[in-house]
Amino acid sequence: MNVGRASRRSLAKLISAFAGARVVTAAGESELDLPEQAIYYANHSSHLDFLTIWAALPAGLQQRARPVAAKDYWGSGVRKAFAEQIFNAYLVERHGSSSHRQRTSDSGVSPKGQVEGMAEVLAAGDSLIIFPEGTRGDGETIAQFHGGLYKLARLHPEVPVVPVTLANLGRILPKGERIPVPHLSTVIFCEPLHLAPDEDKSTFLARARQVLVEGLAKHQGPQSADTARQDDGGSAPRSHPGQDNL
Amino acid sequence: MSDWELGLLDSSSLKLLGGVVVVLVVATVIAWLLGRRLGPMSTIVNLKQRINAWWLMVALIGAVLAAGETVTIVLFLLLSLLALREFITISPTGRGDHKVLVWLVFIIPAVHYWFLWEHWYGMFSVFIPVYAFLFLPTRNALAGQTAGFLQRTAAIQWALMVCVYALSYAPALLQLPLAMEAGRDAAEGSAPGTGGATGAHLLLFLLIVVQGSDVLQYVWGKTLGRHPIAPSVSPNKTWEGFIGGVLSATALGAALWWITPFNPLMAALLALISCVMGFAGGLVMSAIKRDRGIKDFGSTIPGHGGIMDRLDSLCFAAPVFFHAVRFFYT
Repeated sequence: MNVGRASRRSLAKLISAFAGARVVTAAGESELDLPEQAIYYANHSSHLDFLTIWAALPAGLQQRARPVAAKDYWGSGVRKAFAEQIFNAYLVERHGSSSHRQRTSDSGVSPKGQVEGMAEVLAAGDSLIIFPEGTRGDGETIAQFHGGLYKLARLHPEVPVVPVTLANLGRILPKGERIPVPHLSTVIFCEPLHLAPDEDKSTFLARARQVLVEGLAKHQGPQSADTARQDDGGSAPRSHPGQDNL
Repeated sequence: MSDWELGLLDSSSLKLLGGVVVVLVVATVIAWLLGRRLGPMSTIVNLKQRINAWWLMVALIGAVLAAGETVTIVLFLLLSLLALREFITISPTGRGDHKVLVWLVFIIPAVHYWFLWEHWYGMFSVFIPVYAFLFLPTRNALAGQTAGFLQRTAAIQWALMVCVYALSYAPALLQLPLAMEAGRDAAEGSAPGTGGATGAHLLLFLLIVVQGSDVLQYVWGKTLGRHPIAPSVSPNKTWEGFIGGVLSATALGAALWWITPFNPLMAALLALISCVMGFAGGLVMSAIKRDRGIKDFGSTIPGHGGIMDRLDSLCFAAPVFFHAVRFFYT
C-alpha cells in the first residue's frame, strides 16, 4: 500500500498548496505537537474544510483521522467514493433540514446511532474530524454548536478534544459556489480541551465555541466591505487584532 | 565561447549570472561568519533565509531563460497568479464577489499572457486597462451586491493591474529587441523567442538593478538609516537607505551598460528611473499592508515573506522601464 500512501501524501500536499494553507499552533509555532488520538473540531464554512484539516495533519496521524461527513451530500456516486476511499470519511445521517433552527436547542438532536457510531470510531483508536455547527456558515460568524461534541467528550474522556480554527477557507469556496478561487488560508491547531468532571453541556459547548471565535477574530482576513463595522472604517491598522472580535 | 547559446542565454548572460553567483557566495560566507560570531540571532537567521531564497530565485530565473521565452512567460504567469492570491486575500472582497474573482483568477490572466506570448503588442497593452477594467465592475454589478461596491471593485482592479498587468512587463522585455532592430511593425506578432539573448539581457539588467536596489537600500538603511521617509507607512525606509541604495544601484546599472544596447549614460538613467519606481512600489505596498494590519503578504519565500513582498518593486519598475526603452529605442 506504499503507492496508496505516497499518493495520499501527494494529494494532501496538493490540497494544502491550493488552499494556500499555513498550518500553525495557537501560539503561532509551525511545529505541531498533536496527541496520537483526538477529536478535532472546527468551524465550518466550506466543502474544503475537512479536506484541508486532513491535509494539514502529519502523515502518521492522517492515516487514522476520519472526517465525519454528511451522508446526504457525500453519500453517493463520485463524492462517496472520494470521501470513503481516499479520506476514510465516516458518513452520518443529518437529522432533517439544518434550517430547522429550533432543533438545535433540544438535547443532542442527533438521531439515534449517530453519536454512538462516532464513539465506536474512537473506541477503535481512530481520530475524528467533526464540525459541531452541523452545517456550513458564512465564514465570518460561528453558529451555535450541536451537542454531539459534548456527548463524544463524555463517552471518551480519555481522548483530547482539539479545536481547529479555519480562517479564510470560506472565501476560497463559499457556500453555494462551485469553482474554488485561491486565497491564502490558515489552519490553527489550538490547545486541547478537557471536559471538567461536572461540566454541563452548554458550558462545555460555549467554551469550545469560544476558542474558535477568538481564533477566527485573530486570524481571519480583512472583513469584507459589506460587513465591516462602521467604526472600523477599513483604514485603521489592526494593531490589536484581539479587539476585533465578532 | 562567444557563440555559446542555450535558449535565451548566451555567454554574456552567463557572465552576468556568474557575477550574481559570486556576490551570493560572498554574502553566504559573510552570513555564515556573522552567525558564528553572534550566534543564532533572529536577524542572522532571517539573513540566511533571505540569501538561501536568493540562490533559489537566481537558479530559477537562469533555468527558465535557458528553457526559452515560452517557459519564462509561464513562470511569470504563475508568479502573477500567486501574487493575485495574496492580493485578493487581503482585499475587502465579500461573498458577492466570488463570481468576478473566478474571472479575475482563471480567465483574464491566461488571456493576457496569451497576448503577450503572441507578441501582440496592441492587445497586450490594452486588454487589461481597457477591456478587463470595464468588464470586472460590470460583472460585479450584475451580481447585485452594492454595499462597498467601489472599494471592492477597486481592490479587484488593483489586484489585476499590479499582480498581472504590471508584472507581465518584465517578460515583455524579451520581445523588445526585434522592435529595436527592425521596427515596431516587424515586431508585432513575431514568434516567441525572437528577442533572443538581447531580450534576456534587458530582463536580467532590470532584475539585477531593481532587486539590487532593494538589497542595497536594505543594507544602507540597516547600517546608516536615521531619518525615516514616511514613518507611518514604513519605519524601515529611511532617506539614507533610499539615497544610498538608489545611487549605488544606479552605479551598478551604469556598470552593466556593456550587456545592454544602451550607452553608459542611458544605462545609468534607466537604472535610476527603475530604482525610484522600485522604491515607489515598495512604499505603496507597505501602505497597503499597513492598512490591512499585516506585516507580509504571505510566507511563500522564507525570509522575504510572500511573492508580493519580493515583487512589489518590480511591479512598479517593469512597466516604466519597458515603455522608456520602447519610446527611446524603437
